[in-house]
Amino acid sequence: MKVLVTVLPKPSVLDPQGAAAAEAIRHLGIIGVGRVRIGKMIELELPDSTPDEDIHRISRDLLSNPVIEDYSISKQ
Amino acid sequence: MKFAVIRFPGSNCDQDCVLAINALPGASADYVWHKDTSLGDVDAVVVPGGFSYGDYLRCGAIARFSPIMKAVQEFASAGGTVIGICNGFQILCETGLLPGALVRNKGLHFVCKHQYLRVESTDSRFTSGATKGQVLNIPIAHGEGCYFADDATLEELRAQDRVLLRYCDANGNTSDAANPNGSCDHIAGICNEGRNVFGLMPHPERACDPLLGPTDGLVIFQSILNAQVLQPA
Repeated sequence: MKVLVTVLPKPSVLDPQGAAAAEAIRHLGIIGVGRVRIGKMIELELPDSTPDEDIHRISRDLLSNPVIEDYSISKQ
Repeated sequence: MKFAVIRFPGSNCDQDCVLAINALPGASADYVWHKDTSLGDVDAVVVPGGFSYGDYLRCGAIARFSPIMKAVQEFASAGGTVIGICNGFQILCETGLLPGALVRNKGLHFVCKHQYLRVESTDSRFTSGATKGQVLNIPIAHGEGCYFADDATLEELRAQDRVLLRYCDANGNTSDAANPNGSCDHIAGICNEGRNVFGLMPHPERACDPLLGPTDGLVIFQSILNAQVLQPA
């Protein structure tokens, strides 16, 4: 199976890249943009039998840093 | 006193650290490859700066899983002296030996310049040779040096006198203008609860030779050396 792990900075963490992108969107002439956060998406190919617990371990212990980031998992 | 300087693929301040340490009377430094599983018979460990594993995923995230890091964690748990500089600080945070994390500089740019730092505490084997409030001029060079920790952690660091260095101006005053990367509470360096593990973004090893400018970094290495000499056998 394919698993997509999305990692985003926690709301409490300053995200200067997101702020810069929000400013650029305003420069596009599109108004009303709120907070923009920039993170990363990781695609994993895993055996179908992989337990959820292992996917969470990969996401929590390696792909994200729980001090500054949150993650979410989506199985394709 | 023997120092181990850890080398990861992508470390680039390892030679500067070895040079700076070997120039100190009574100190010697050797490289330890990240795939080694033992530190050997050493008195202190330096996790140097650079771009270990190309900063893939997050700065220090992959280095944390290098075989040698298990030995470094055991060495630190036993009270051994560990100093992490720049990428080394990032690695120690990822490893969990120090709290918090280093994130992208507030201004987004890589910052490479001399920076004034205020010694906030001399109650450590890394700063005992300095005086409280002393202003040091030491180079910084990083893109991800913005120290972040949640409020509870910051409060704990302050309450336990674990912030050893803060960014400041030439007069020793902290301000947003004197903070090069947006670090929480102007933090440039912290130690662990046991006060034997120190992480800092500035590069003291680049400020040890008068040919290169100020030698304010010497006080860090000299403090470590003196602490070792004073330690009861």
